[in-house]
Amino acid sequence: MNFNYSVEGGNFSKAGTASSQFKKVLKQLNVDPITIKRIVVALYEAEVNIVAHAWEGKIDIEVDMEKVYINLADKGPGIADINQAMKPGFSTASPSVREMGFGAGMGLMNIKNNVDSLHISSEVGKGTELEMTINLSSIISK
Amino acid sequence: MKIKDIAEILNAKVVCGEQFLNREISHVFASDLMSDVLTIDTENLLLLTGLTNIQTIRTSEMADVTNIVLVRNKAASEEMITLAKENRIVMLECSYSMFKSCGLLYQAGLQPVY
Repeated sequence: MNFNYSVEGGNFSKAGTASSQFKKVLKQLNVDPITIKRIVVALYEAEVNIVAHAWEGKIDIEVDMEKVYINLADKGPGIADINQAMKPGFSTASPSVREMGFGAGMGLMNIKNNVDSLHISSEVGKGTELEMTINLSSIISK
Repeated sequence: MKIKDIAEILNAKVVCGEQFLNREISHVFASDLMSDVLTIDTENLLLLTGLTNIQTIRTSEMADVTNIVLVRNKAASEEMITLAKENRIVMLECSYSMFKSCGLLYQAGLQPVY
C-alpha cells in the first residue's frame, strides 16, 4: 500500500497534518499502539523539519506486512554537515520555529531512536532526503 | 488522582474534555519543548506546558498525551480547542507559573516521569 502527502514549507499551522492522517491509517490497519507511536513520532519530527527548514516537500510511504518505509524529500537549503546535524543540541532553526516548541536540535535524534533504519542524504542549496524503515514483524515479536 | 482533583489544586478552568475529568493521572511532565514531549512514553500522563499553539496539540496527538494543563495564564486558541476535542484531549487553563503548578502537583503526590 502506498500513501503520499505533500508538505508546505513555513506553514506551521498545517505542520503535522500528514502525520496525523497517516496515524489514522495505521490505526485502521490494526498496527499495535507502541509501533504506531514510534512511526508517528519519527514521521512528525521529519515533517516538522520540512516545515521548519525547507520550501516544500513530499512524503511517500510504503506499507507491507513486514515494514513501513517512509521517504521524505524536500526542496530546501539542504544540510551542509549531516554528522553535525545529528548531534543533540545542534540547530539552525529560526526563532519562529523555536516559538512553535521545536528547533532545539533534538529532532534527528528523536527520529533515529524510533526507527530501525535511517538514511539521510542532502545537497546544499537543493534539498534533503530522509529514508526510514520501521519493521513491523520484529516489533510485534518483542 | 483524577483530573478534576488536579483542576481544583491548580484552580484551573476546564477548556475542553469535561467528559474526561474522571481520568486517572499518575505522572506529570512539564515542558515547553515539544521534541522532549515526543520522547515520553508514560501512561496516565499529564502535560504541563506554557506553549500555546497548534503544535502543542499536534505533539500531544502524536505522543498519545490526552491530558494538558496550560500554565502561566495562557489561553487556548479556537484552533487548539477544535483539534483537542477531535483527539479526546482534556485541556485546562491555569494562572499559576510552571514552578508553582509543578510544586503543587508534586506535593499532592503526582510522580515525575524521570
